[in-house]
Amino acid sequence: MSSFKHILSKYSWDEVLQSIFSKTEADVHSALQSRKRDLEDFKALISPAAKPFLEQMAQQSKTISKKRFGNTMQMYAPMYLSNECQNICTYCGFSMTNKIPRKTLSDAEIIKEAEFLKSKGYDHILLVTGEANKIVGVDYMCDAMKLLRPYFSNISIEIQPLDQDEYEKLIENGLYATLVYQETYHRETYKIHHPKGKKSNFDYRLETGDRLGRAGIHKIGIGALFGLEDWRADSFFTALHLKYLQKTYWKTKYSISFPRLRPFSGGLEPKVEMTDPDLLQVICAYRLLDEEVELSISTRESEIFRNNIVHLGITSMSAESKTNPGGYVVEPESLKQFEISDERTTEVIAEMLSETGIEPVWKDWEKRW
Amino acid sequence: MSKTDQLKIADKTFSSRLFMGTGKFSSSEVMQQAVLASESELVTVALKRVEPGNDDDKMISALKDPYISLLPNTSGVRNAKEAIFAAQMAREALGTNWVKVEIHPDPKYLLPDPVETLKACEELVKLGFVVMPYIHADPVLCKRLEEVGVQCVMPLGAPIGSNKGLKTQDFLEIIIEQSNVPVIVDAGIGSPSHAAHAMEIGADAVLVNTAIAVSPNPVEIAKAFKLAVEAGRIAYTAKLVPQRQQAEASSPLTQFLYE
Repeated sequence: MSSFKHILSKYSWDEVLQSIFSKTEADVHSALQSRKRDLEDFKALISPAAKPFLEQMAQQSKTISKKRFGNTMQMYAPMYLSNECQNICTYCGFSMTNKIPRKTLSDAEIIKEAEFLKSKGYDHILLVTGEANKIVGVDYMCDAMKLLRPYFSNISIEIQPLDQDEYEKLIENGLYATLVYQETYHRETYKIHHPKGKKSNFDYRLETGDRLGRAGIHKIGIGALFGLEDWRADSFFTALHLKYLQKTYWKTKYSISFPRLRPFSGGLEPKVEMTDPDLLQVICAYRLLDEEVELSISTRESEIFRNNIVHLGITSMSAESKTNPGGYVVEPESLKQFEISDERTTEVIAEMLSETGIEPVWKDWEKRW
Repeated sequence: MSKTDQLKIADKTFSSRLFMGTGKFSSSEVMQQAVLASESELVTVALKRVEPGNDDDKMISALKDPYISLLPNTSGVRNAKEAIFAAQMAREALGTNWVKVEIHPDPKYLLPDPVETLKACEELVKLGFVVMPYIHADPVLCKRLEEVGVQCVMPLGAPIGSNKGLKTQDFLEIIIEQSNVPVIVDAGIGSPSHAAHAMEIGADAVLVNTAIAVSPNPVEIAKAFKLAVEAGRIAYTAKLVPQRQQAEASSPLTQFLYE
């Protein structure tokens, strides 16, 4: 059976990086003016040569996004269910080696958190856990989804990668989307940051999109954690992954997220820094590569960045997020996965969007489908 | 065409990306000369024109050449059942498991029936055929056909024999973008510039018949198509440069980054 592993094995990280850095102004011109852009154009758009063209990229990204998505923003909220984790990830607050009290929400606690988010208007929810299969396995997730379905039209998960049959079971129970970030497509660097636990298996994670596609999921979210490796190469490999998945599992929708390393207790310094202009460049480059892909921004980013980026290609965003289990109501002081940056309330974000001509969309799915 | 830019379909590789149809020629001799001038390596033969068991069949004899492979088509059938029967007959008569599935119940415009085509292709793949379906430029149908295991898709540029060019260009571009199997633009290509255009937008090959067969000078036109297909392919692989646009003077959208 084909999988992205075979595609990735045809590429050399260093050659890709070299090819990105060798792109010229002429390549950027050509990419900007091309009617259908390919991965070579994408390389040019994320290259240093494209930096002087950031304004043009933003203009195009804005126009294309408006054409496809209109003046709307899909709103969602993360709900952390558990911070139990048997992995060691050097950049994550939930890492097994962090000696912190662990918390997994009970049924009653899940309902409490749900009622809070519902009262804020959310109808699309993203369930997040660490990786602890015995405590927070497929049965726990099915149970949580059964509890949450009466509250929310659209349920997504960001949990450990699963087998195809496990995804099928979750889909039967109302799962809409799964987000699985590769963190980095650099095999050796991946190994350094994930030395222990199931997550240390690079290939199993890499092939998650294939298992999800075969299970017939509605939407798959991918991305890299910027800061672990060179962001340009990781962005290219994410784009390559996207194009492969779109061609292979053509009935599935795709979204891309752009997490940058954020501080947490005992945190890791980024190996490669990614500035705000860099992040904007990547977001616009994805939009110019693909007019339909959903682009999502979380509360990791600053107020000012978020106020501006919502007009330049982003199609979904969260607000007021808590990154700890029970963070909204049940146990606000439990350990967070990372510190968010934009702490404004949902109401303030909704107002900011409306004032700048964007309608926040709360419900855009029908759970009976 | 360059040896490194060959087209692979099933177990065969082709240096030429121009496929030819053999109908409508004034004689087998003219057809033979035109095919040779086109340097095509895959030519379609309507099974209905072949006399099974006749080793001296004029059309087949004219195409006996070590560089030319025959691609029998099922032209004339109206449903999946007849197409499967025709493919099996073709395999026996011509000794090839390659088949171009053409199912057009409509005798006027000869437009392909997508429902019967999908059914026939699924069955023919199971029976071990190398299946090449002639279809509308329908991107979803192409993915469905890919899933049942066809070796390429052959969407039309315009109604067969109409010589109108790429009327379906927007859909062809979607098909080319999405496809994991070669995309061969079939039908509607009326001039070498149409063929070059199809190659420029990324088609893997084109199939031409009427435009060559009914031209007053089929051999010269066949040669022109060969050159056009080569030119279009080179332009595609070398990447066409779009027009330059003016640089932006001000930065209203990105100013916030520097404040």
